Amino acid sequence: MGVLASTMLLVSKDVRVELRAKELIYATIFFGAVVLLVFAFSFLGGERPPVDAVAGILWVTITLSGTVGVSRAFEREREGDTLRALLLSPAPRTAIYLSKLVSVTLLMVLVETTATLLLSLLFQVTLPHVGMLVGLLGLGTIGFASVSALFGASLGRARSRDVLLPLLTYPVVMPILIAGTRGTVGLWHGDAEGLVAAAYWLRFLLVFDAIFVSLGLWIFEPMMRSDG
Amino acid sequence: MKRPLLILFAVLAAAGLGYAPQLIFGAPIESTMGFVQKIFYFHVPSAFMTFLGAFVSAGGAIWYLVNGSPRGDRLAVAGAELTVLFGICVLVTGPLWARKAWGTYWRWDVRLTTSLLLWMIFLAYLFARRYGGAGAKRLSAGLAVFGAADVPLIYISVSVWRSIHPKTSVVSTLGPGMRGPFWFCVASFLFLFLVLLELRLALERSRARLDELHLAVEDHLDANS
Repeated sequence: MGVLASTMLLVSKDVRVELRAKELIYATIFFGAVVLLVFAFSFLGGERPPVDAVAGILWVTITLSGTVGVSRAFEREREGDTLRALLLSPAPRTAIYLSKLVSVTLLMVLVETTATLLLSLLFQVTLPHVGMLVGLLGLGTIGFASVSALFGASLGRARSRDVLLPLLTYPVVMPILIAGTRGTVGLWHGDAEGLVAAAYWLRFLLVFDAIFVSLGLWIFEPMMRSDG
Repeated sequence: MKRPLLILFAVLAAAGLGYAPQLIFGAPIESTMGFVQKIFYFHVPSAFMTFLGAFVSAGGAIWYLVNGSPRGDRLAVAGAELTVLFGICVLVTGPLWARKAWGTYWRWDVRLTTSLLLWMIFLAYLFARRYGGAGAKRLSAGLAVFGAADVPLIYISVSVWRSIHPKTSVVSTLGPGMRGPFWFCVASFLFLFLVLLELRLALERSRARLDELHLAVEDHLDANS
């Protein structure tokens, strides 16, 4: 079976498992909402926070709930020892990595959609230039997923994996957070200069994704090899 | 590294670092920044060594991931520790200078942020190494590779904000009285780096040897029981 076909098969497996359990979807969406509420409470009674701060809040929420989702997804794999079964199967390693990347991205897209809508409600932000916002969020998510899926998978056997996952992922995905936040700020300012900045960060995210997905594809196989 | 060479490097590093204050004191006082500029003679060589350590670590990590070579792994861990060590020097001396020159300890400037994140990535490397469980070596090797690839991206992403850190061209346009002491310090730091690297590699080799002996003893006891 080719890489693409195997990837599709594995993604459909992940989606089906999740649609039956619905555990990850509910947990991460609810977690994201709670984080947003905490931020909203901290600004209660004061002046409306500037859009720069709101953009930061959005990306922090996405990062935190993404980590919770990835952590739980691989915890489930570990409980059933299904990741080991997958690695023993003749499926190409690249397909396993790609399927994890796509599954994490799909989950995070759901979280982002609800988080962005809730954010616009809680902080009274209008959402102009939806196409570019979707682009920024989508590309940012792929970049985040390319790193967290890799480390999530290889942390499978570590004792303190829940603490290690954000510790390893956050410094590496920092350029995404910078690009995403600055791009969103540019969009929400809405002037010509802001839009130019947003377009710049969009291209930056594209380059980041290209580098990190290629690196992930190359490194996943040697990283998952067992030392015995 | 051969033992006599190691001793020679150690002597050179000790003599260099011992004599460096003399040279730095004798170097001309910089016209705008005054006496605080002298921290530059330790700050910049430390930064050079931080990046060299990251480079060594990522190289070793790639070697280990591709070939499974234990030597690559040893190089990766030694490089990562030196990055963290020299990174501390950079992150301590930098703010001390900045307090005098800019009036504040820290700014989110491109070189500061990049150095801080590079340091954090290699600190995470050490965490992964220590607490990463059975696959810790491969996990941390992956992190080193990703970290090294990340540095240019962090640099670009932050440099879009206006930079206030002195440009790297400072080094090539140093006054004649400063150039000598500066490169003397760089050489001393390089010898120190090489000595520490070799000592750390030797420690890892001994550890591997000890593990082998331990396993051999256990096998022997199992066979006899």
